[in-house]
Amino acid sequence: MTAAPDHRPTFANVSLTERLDEAMPLLLIPILVVLGFVAIGAPASWLTLTVSGLAMGMMIFIMASGLTLVFGLMDVINFGHGAFVSVGAFVGVSVLIALGDWTGAASLLLNMSAVLLAVIAAMAVTGIMGWGFERIIVKPVYGAHLKQILVTVGGLIVIEQLIHVIWGPDEIFINRPETLKGAVTFAGAAMEKYRLLAVGIGLVLFVAMRVVLRRTKIGLIVRAGVENGPMVEALGYRLRLVFVGVFIAGSALAGLGGVMWGLYQEVITAGMGERMMVLVFIVAIIGGLGSVEGAFIGALLVGLLQNYVAFLEPKLALVSNIALMTAILMWRPQGMMPVVKAK
Amino acid sequence: MSDLILSLKDVHTDIAQYHILQGVDLQVPRGQVTMLLGRNGVGKTTTLKTIMGQWTAKSGEILYDGQDITRKPVFARARAGIGFVPEDMGIFSDLTVEENMALGSLSGKLEPKRKDWLLNAFPALGTFWKSEAGNLSGGQKQMLSIARTMAEDRALYLIDEPTKGLAPAIISTMAQALRELKAQGASVLLVEQNFSVAKALGDSAAVMDDGRVIWTGVMAELSENKGLQERLMGLSMEAH
Amino acid sequence: MLVKLLSGDQPRSAILTAILLVILICLAGAPFIFDGVRALDTAARICIFILLVASYDLLLGYGGIVSFAHTMFFGLGAYGVALASTYMGRGFDALLLGSVSGALAAVVLALLIGLFSLRVRAIFFAMITLAVASAVAVLVSQFSGLTGGEDGLTYKIPRVLTSANRMGDFLGTRISGKILNYYLVFFAALILFLLLLRIVNSPFGRVLQAIRENDFRAEAIGYRVVWYRTVATCLSAATAALAGSLFAIWLRYVGPDTTLSFEIMLDILLMVVIGGMGTMYGAVIGATLFILAQTYLQNLMGTASEATSALPLIPDLLDPDRWLMWLGILFILSVYFFPTGIVGRLRARRAS
Repeated sequence: MTAAPDHRPTFANVSLTERLDEAMPLLLIPILVVLGFVAIGAPASWLTLTVSGLAMGMMIFIMASGLTLVFGLMDVINFGHGAFVSVGAFVGVSVLIALGDWTGAASLLLNMSAVLLAVIAAMAVTGIMGWGFERIIVKPVYGAHLKQILVTVGGLIVIEQLIHVIWGPDEIFINRPETLKGAVTFAGAAMEKYRLLAVGIGLVLFVAMRVVLRRTKIGLIVRAGVENGPMVEALGYRLRLVFVGVFIAGSALAGLGGVMWGLYQEVITAGMGERMMVLVFIVAIIGGLGSVEGAFIGALLVGLLQNYVAFLEPKLALVSNIALMTAILMWRPQGMMPVVKAK
Repeated sequence: MSDLILSLKDVHTDIAQYHILQGVDLQVPRGQVTMLLGRNGVGKTTTLKTIMGQWTAKSGEILYDGQDITRKPVFARARAGIGFVPEDMGIFSDLTVEENMALGSLSGKLEPKRKDWLLNAFPALGTFWKSEAGNLSGGQKQMLSIARTMAEDRALYLIDEPTKGLAPAIISTMAQALRELKAQGASVLLVEQNFSVAKALGDSAAVMDDGRVIWTGVMAELSENKGLQERLMGLSMEAH
Repeated sequence: MLVKLLSGDQPRSAILTAILLVILICLAGAPFIFDGVRALDTAARICIFILLVASYDLLLGYGGIVSFAHTMFFGLGAYGVALASTYMGRGFDALLLGSVSGALAAVVLALLIGLFSLRVRAIFFAMITLAVASAVAVLVSQFSGLTGGEDGLTYKIPRVLTSANRMGDFLGTRISGKILNYYLVFFAALILFLLLLRIVNSPFGRVLQAIRENDFRAEAIGYRVVWYRTVATCLSAATAALAGSLFAIWLRYVGPDTTLSFEIMLDILLMVVIGGMGTMYGAVIGATLFILAQTYLQNLMGTASEATSALPLIPDLLDPDRWLMWLGILFILSVYFFPTGIVGRLRARRAS
């Protein structure tokens, strides 16, 4: 055996600028939070807004994570993603209304059980819907982006109309469960209990996703598949099954996002998912299509910015997020943490 | 014919509107290293990819170990025992060397004895076990690609230009690994432009031109006959 | 002579020609053929949407570019006329200034979006246009002091174009300024449509289609792809804005949900796909079909819904408010089974 000459790759000395550049996306969050503090001034307001922003960001992340992963892995753009958000909201809210006794009670246990059941129902329905959607609508148009956009928009329209057929034409109002109403005060700032819960759930989900992606075999296959699908298949894995699985998971997550968003707004409409899609797309683009971490950071930035600007100058809220997207794309045209695709 | 691990009969493959393979007939004997030779652009890579299933044959028949796999999906062919080392190596850059290797074994577990043997054959892999594969040099990536395919026992290895652009010292490491494969009873179909490697390793040879196999025979016969080489491939292989 | 007018782009199918002729005649003679305000309004809408959808076909069908910003351009043209008429008072100068500034604003915005698309992947482009269009819609609603917000703007147009302008009778129909207004809309839409036909059949149009088929190749041959795409976007935007201006002149009212909503964008998509992408005539068929369905199909569905009211679920599916669902299903089926649309199907039949 000849000893191979030592080909030590030169990544030993990463300069400070390079390190900074790598960590920049993550650093943007504290930077924005600090800027927010400077702009808003009053610590109490700032704290309330920061919690709202993080809560909103978490919910957008939950909705966006499915979309970005599906795109990264399957190269599929699903403009119908918003429909799953809406359906999830309606299913979840229906369960909550049916369990009115539990949500009306002053018991945290009963309340949380009701919410849990609502979430499970919503995710189950949207998951199954996702499976059907993938089979019937998406599968025939793999690889054809134009047709995908058209067909999934069509699916969005039809599903939204079906919501009207099943649940009627009006919006539905929903009250949060008893123990989740109201706010806690801390340092003079009022922070709604529900929003704190949303932040908690979002964090748990993010960590769970990271663990699945980084520590499990299936996560490994997904990460490899995002980079080079054909090679994964050549190693003997059934990539199609993984695709379907990820699509179902993404749809279920959208459903979860829908329930949470519905409780956040305390009203649901058939078009709510469609309206969220603008922010979801912005988040997916900012984060880099295919990257869960990128979507997480992007979502928090969007949520925080939306809430800060809504306080300072309400009319500019959505525009500020477009400005954010423009700025980030100028800096990194592929998004903050794009996935390196093998071409 | 059980002494053939692979047999292609009149295989045609189209890529977009280009008719690349125009009736390929190929036999790969069991337990031998078969070289697939020819100038650039004659369809060698397409042939390997058609065998693997990444391109679907428009017509013709592919028999693997007696079974017709012409219409089988890629993953089924891999599971049947075909391993593929593509020209671009197919390394997952964002994953660590360890994770790349784990993907090579369907069960997820790299058998300890197998792991030891591979790390012995390719020491560089051990050094960078926990590093991202994207940080490896070209030669190391190539070694990883082969090692990954060897993580499990395979009956047939399809290898596309493994020594392209590599330093001589690494090439001999590679050649040694391929010899070990053969010693274990595996069959290899190897596309290789490096003539000394071809000469050293090849038992049989098939030469392609214009999407067809135009000559098959024993490697020794080809390597000794300069005139034949020039006729088949347009130049003497010694010039490489 | 007729062929020249159509820039050499003939229908190429007897049935299609027949349908187009019928539509043309009905639109040209609408005030005389049909009775009632609603019919005339439907005809005007058809004219305007034919133009709007045709301008989108230039982008999507011929350029292969998916954009969700089209209603934004439509809205710019509409609000241009509305704002001019509101703040300058009624008059042709307001209409002219409004239309021109609407079209200019559309072109500038199209330029910005087009140049920005230099830096991003094509898939991002669709999402970005969606985001920008939504932002503009929100902005318009919120600066209500200027734009009338959610309620929109109502304004006056030159008196000669309104029903107050009595001009006597002709062919058994009372002629008023409204008829004049209609013919303004009709002829403007017709001329602009023929202009679009000219564009897509010109060398520019052919290069655009080549780029749609294979942009790498086109670039390799020497065409600056980005320039062609940007010009196409600008032309498409300007025409859409002019369609919006016509809409504003006809309706004498603009509001965010009649001119800027995402629903209209979806409607345009339906019309262009069902009619046939990349054909221009598809826009005619698609728009006519859609608007007629929107106006009259709902009645039909209403009757059917009542007739089946005893059954479960069916009446809800046939509820006239659900007409969009059926069109959505038709849309999906079109994309799969006749991607060339009705026009494509008719032409293929003729060929076979």
